[in-house]
Amino acid sequence: MKLVGLSDVSKVFASGVQALGGASLDIAAGEFLSVLGPSGCGKSTLLRLIAGLSEPSSGMIEWPQGRPDIGFVFQEPTLMPWTTALGNVALPLTLRGEAKSEREARAAEALAGVGLKGFEKSYPRELSGGMKMRVSIARALVTAPKLLLMDEPFAALDEITRRKLNTDLLDLWQRTPFTAIFVTHSVFESVFLSQRIAVMSARPGRVRSELAIPAPYPRTEAFGTSAEYAALCRLASAQLSEAMAA
Amino acid sequence: MSARFVAPVLMGLFMLALWEGLVRAMAIPPYILPGPILVAQTLVSDWGTLWPALLVTLSITLQALVAAVVVGVLLALLFSLSRWIELSLFPYAIILQVTPIVAIAPLIIAWVDDVSTSLLICAWLVAFFPILSNTVLGLRSVDRNLLDLFDLYGASRLRTLIELRLPAALPYFLGGLRISGGLALIGAVVAEFVAGSGGRASGLAYRILESGYQLKIPRMFAALVLISVAGIAIYLLLSLLSHLLLRRWHESALSEE
Repeated sequence: MKLVGLSDVSKVFASGVQALGGASLDIAAGEFLSVLGPSGCGKSTLLRLIAGLSEPSSGMIEWPQGRPDIGFVFQEPTLMPWTTALGNVALPLTLRGEAKSEREARAAEALAGVGLKGFEKSYPRELSGGMKMRVSIARALVTAPKLLLMDEPFAALDEITRRKLNTDLLDLWQRTPFTAIFVTHSVFESVFLSQRIAVMSARPGRVRSELAIPAPYPRTEAFGTSAEYAALCRLASAQLSEAMAA
Repeated sequence: MSARFVAPVLMGLFMLALWEGLVRAMAIPPYILPGPILVAQTLVSDWGTLWPALLVTLSITLQALVAAVVVGVLLALLFSLSRWIELSLFPYAIILQVTPIVAIAPLIIAWVDDVSTSLLICAWLVAFFPILSNTVLGLRSVDRNLLDLFDLYGASRLRTLIELRLPAALPYFLGGLRISGGLALIGAVVAEFVAGSGGRASGLAYRILESGYQLKIPRMFAALVLISVAGIAIYLLLSLLSHLLLRRWHESALSEE
């Protein structure tokens, strides 16, 4: 069932830069989709358009079942330094005017869900980069959104932390029913995480090709070292080179 | 006791001793340069005149600072709401800031009947700009992504102001406040010098002028010491306030570990 469809979406900024040039993409409810492309190809713009943070210059964005609740994870943790992990995670509920006890209970639950039980009262500066990103994910999931948008969320983290977060993100996705759109410039990350990869061309960005990743979940370290994974990475890599050359 | 305290205290004591020694050795008369011991004695003996004068100056300083906070923050909020208001008013705020207070003080004193009100206006003029410009900067220095996030969850402008812009501006505001605290005192003292008012409600600056005319130089020094101590106390108090408000989260308040 289609959750959201983009048809021939373009975006030209006031500066005259054309970020997207006729991007078309359908996203099915419940799937894990990666958007793979070189930096500056308009991946982030695509995500912002889907989130409704910006309007397309032309083209259509359709929501056949209506616009759902959306969670957004930025490239940086984007936490408010003046409040605790719990306060940060509770923010979406605060903005909706939910009662204090209710939002604290739900925020604590979301924090536990990303493995940060016991860090409710910690301030962002007391947390490591990976933990801050976990808080950011918990905040995006606290409203139990149908759609989770992630804009290169782990790009600034070290390899070991990134691997752990990748596995934990898949865990969360299997436990909770949400659709995930994950923007990345890493071939390995996109193959490891997703069911489908949309490969974008250089600016003005459009979706050049799509690649299905048929491997079953749960995907573990073993999948990351398998021959199947290596072959899929080669395939995705080739498509990315093709898209960039086009 | 760490070297941080011991070193400056020892240095201070050494300078005072040198000063006292030079004054005695060269037999400098007290109406040219009194020694620190005589200044301390005068501080005690003239406390009856100096203490009320200190209270007058401090009261003007404090009122000016409060007015600077209220007007500075309100204007900053107005500026953050409307680009047009900011564009039309900010240049005038800068003009007020760059015009030397000594130059406008006589006008203000001539226009306003009540002397203490005119002193208050002068001190306020000097003090309000750092608060205004720092708060404007702070209200604008909000993480773009956080603004997007508030947008995503449909937060109103007022909500965004309260939950996001104000806390983000707090460190900037406190930085401005620390500068303004000292400036308010300077403004109050300078204006009083220009006004040169006598009577019951005279501040420390007037006591300095008066002592100068009467060649009571030790008392002049004692009044100077009080002004310096008051300035340091204001700075320390505002620094403490800043530390208490920011210590949980802001980089500037982190202790060295």
